[in-house]
Amino acid sequence: MRGPPVAKPLVLAGLACALACGLFLTLGARGDWGFVLAFRGQKLAALLVVATSVAWSTIVFQTVTGNRILTPSIMGFDALYLLIQTALVFTLGGVGFAALGQRLQFGIETALMLGAALALFAALLRRSDDLGRLVLTGIVFGILFRSLSSLLNRLIDPSEFAVVQAASFARFNAVNTDLLWIAAATTTVCVALLARRSARLDVIALGRETAIGLGVDHDREARRAMALVAVLVSVSTALVGPVVFFGLLVSALAHAAAGTWRHAVLLPLAALISATVLVGSQTIFERVLALETSVAVVIEGLGGLVFLALVLKGAAR
Amino acid sequence: MIETQSLCVSLGGAQVVHDIDLTVERGRLTALVGPNGAGKSTLLAALGRLVPPAAGAIRVDGTEIGRIPSPDLARRLAILRQNAVIAPRLSVADLVGFGRYPHSGGRLTAQDHDIVRDCLADLDLTDLAGRYLDTVSGGQRQRALIAMTLAQTPDALLLDEPLNNLDLSHVRRVMAVARARAETGAAVAVVLHDLTVAARHADHIVALKSGRVFASGPPEEVVTPEILSALYDTPLEVHDIAGKRVVLTV
Repeated sequence: MRGPPVAKPLVLAGLACALACGLFLTLGARGDWGFVLAFRGQKLAALLVVATSVAWSTIVFQTVTGNRILTPSIMGFDALYLLIQTALVFTLGGVGFAALGQRLQFGIETALMLGAALALFAALLRRSDDLGRLVLTGIVFGILFRSLSSLLNRLIDPSEFAVVQAASFARFNAVNTDLLWIAAATTTVCVALLARRSARLDVIALGRETAIGLGVDHDREARRAMALVAVLVSVSTALVGPVVFFGLLVSALAHAAAGTWRHAVLLPLAALISATVLVGSQTIFERVLALETSVAVVIEGLGGLVFLALVLKGAAR
Repeated sequence: MIETQSLCVSLGGAQVVHDIDLTVERGRLTALVGPNGAGKSTLLAALGRLVPPAAGAIRVDGTEIGRIPSPDLARRLAILRQNAVIAPRLSVADLVGFGRYPHSGGRLTAQDHDIVRDCLADLDLTDLAGRYLDTVSGGQRQRALIAMTLAQTPDALLLDEPLNNLDLSHVRRVMAVARARAETGAAVAVVLHDLTVAARHADHIVALKSGRVFASGPPEEVVTPEILSALYDTPLEVHDIAGKRVVLTV
């Protein structure tokens, strides 16, 4: 199992990421450095958490389902999270929801998300031999969740709608820093659990029967991996809202740059690339071009192009 | 080594294997033959714990197959499936290296590398070791998959139509490797379509028809015009050429 030399892409991506972070922290800073660094550092930490959770959840999801087109967000996992959030506001009322406090909200939403994602996975994705069916099911579910949550949005009181509205659009320049530390801790735990499984993920990527033949309890491992994916998606959606195509962009870049199938390389590389793209474009748009709202649009646009390219190229596997 | 008792297997709600009692013994090459849809692959998949039995029992060395921990079983039993799809972009050597996963969990030792090298050589893949699977031919891919199964160094080797896509010289090579494994004490079961090959290489033949054992025994008993014609519902001739049985369809 000797792969091609793998250190080079990791080192390059690491340098690019460090450069992007450095620029993000220092570019155009005026006044008290202590304040600037603390303020921007918190934002940077949030971006890094989001970048990592998007990258890892996408790569792991694609490995388990055995495809390179569908991602958790195209599949509507983030829409599911928003649906759960809207449903909570709907049932508890805006005041009741607010009374829970951000952390408890996040906890409840993540728990519900975990249950829903596992049920969905058990019902639909287990037999993922048929890629066409998988992609179609995924996209249909994505639309279903988005439509259900917009239906609920119409049903609830306008003042309560204001509570959910803020959460329904991707916003990289106003990340939810209240949740930052609990999100960072959650992501770290998920990352550690997945990193321990990287050799098993390599085997799972070979397909269900081959994996079972090699002694990996495929169904159990796939369920666990999907649970971790659901938690990671909850983290990124809670912090910045839904991003549909960013994960796809990152996974396509990582697979192309890594030149290996080893998750021990693929996963960290994807996180570095993801962080470089996110922090880099945030720096360019916020500091250089002073266009604060367009980051999400541009990243989604790029990701959408990658999606089209993948579909047209037929690089389904 | 592997023993079934009144084994029934269902696929998608329909029962395709009925009431099979069969033993795959160590030191013996057992051939499974029979017409399309007879349940050969399903039976083999059940023996390789890829499909759970609907009824009856499968025992490996006396232990119920479901009770053996998965990693344990993978060190003792390896199965090659028909049409195995390998999604990631792997080199031939990487794929064969995965055969060592049950033994060393993804970190190959020097001994593992030796085994991988031997398995590559056994299947005439040494020159192709660095090539990516999506750039080699169907027959070369098939040999790579067989080499991966061999690299598991199993006590029980189950091969589902290993001769698919193979040219004449590699048919001989694969059967010779399978025989060699049987002679060094492994239990080998192979699904075969070529009855002449089965008659030549197998110690024991099990003929399946409509999910049931139609005939079983040593090649001399099973490879006869009467049994084979009834098995395939078509006239078949069996000739003795230089003391070897040759099956002809006319």
